[in-house]
Amino acid sequence: MLALGSALMVITSKNPVYSVLYLIVAFFAISGHYVLLNAQFLAIVNIIVYAGAIMVLFLFVIMLMNLNANMNLQKNKLLKFAGFIAGLCLFLVLVAALKNADLKNQLALTNKGDIGLIKNLGMVLFNDYVVPFEISSVLFLSAMVGAVVIGKKE
Amino acid sequence: MPINYYIFVSIALFCIGVVGVLTRRNAIIIFMSIELMLNAVNLLLVAFSKMHAANAGQVYNIGIDGQLFVFFIMVVAAAEVSVGLAIIVMMYRNTHSVDVNFLNRLKH
Repeated sequence: MLALGSALMVITSKNPVYSVLYLIVAFFAISGHYVLLNAQFLAIVNIIVYAGAIMVLFLFVIMLMNLNANMNLQKNKLLKFAGFIAGLCLFLVLVAALKNADLKNQLALTNKGDIGLIKNLGMVLFNDYVVPFEISSVLFLSAMVGAVVIGKKE
Repeated sequence: MPINYYIFVSIALFCIGVVGVLTRRNAIIIFMSIELMLNAVNLLLVAFSKMHAANAGQVYNIGIDGQLFVFFIMVVAAAEVSVGLAIIVMMYRNTHSVDVNFLNRLKH
């Protein structure tokens, strides 16, 4: 529930820096859920990659732009209201559709099971999923080149 | 923990992300809302993988694919953030604002 509260604060706080900080809190809460589900590797990766790397990148960009100086963003009350109503309708429709799904006695295994350990994940990753792994390395290379090319001064 | 709770928490997180994308005009906050939606999906994938592990009993490696899928989503999200933030920096350099309303016409 900490995740939901801080996620709400992400989209409601005026200052983008506060949004980033609340997003870090939300990521830590989600990592806590991963730990409770015994997915330790994903919890650690979530903290390192999201709360560590991505959020530092966000903070760096926000500080670089010095956004507090020009906070004259245009406001459109009607559009904001319509967006809120649309999101609420999506939430209600999804909840209503899944409320009566036949999942009442399906349990998500908490605090036991060892499929989330690095050993088992790594065995499957490097036996069955080697090709997607290599493709993701190529994706990283192209993303790095793309970011440098885009960010370069012309 | 019943799987329903995880489904509803994930739906709520996803809808918060959707509302953030629809209502905010700041490009960086829109980007963060997209990250929030990705994390909602990740949480649900992990919960479902543990559900299948619980259903399979002692069978080895059932449900491990879901966690690997989450891992690949994180990899793609990291690449996406680097490129997206580069695009936002370039947009700020051109228009001196991160308001997405300035982007409604894509030329000049």
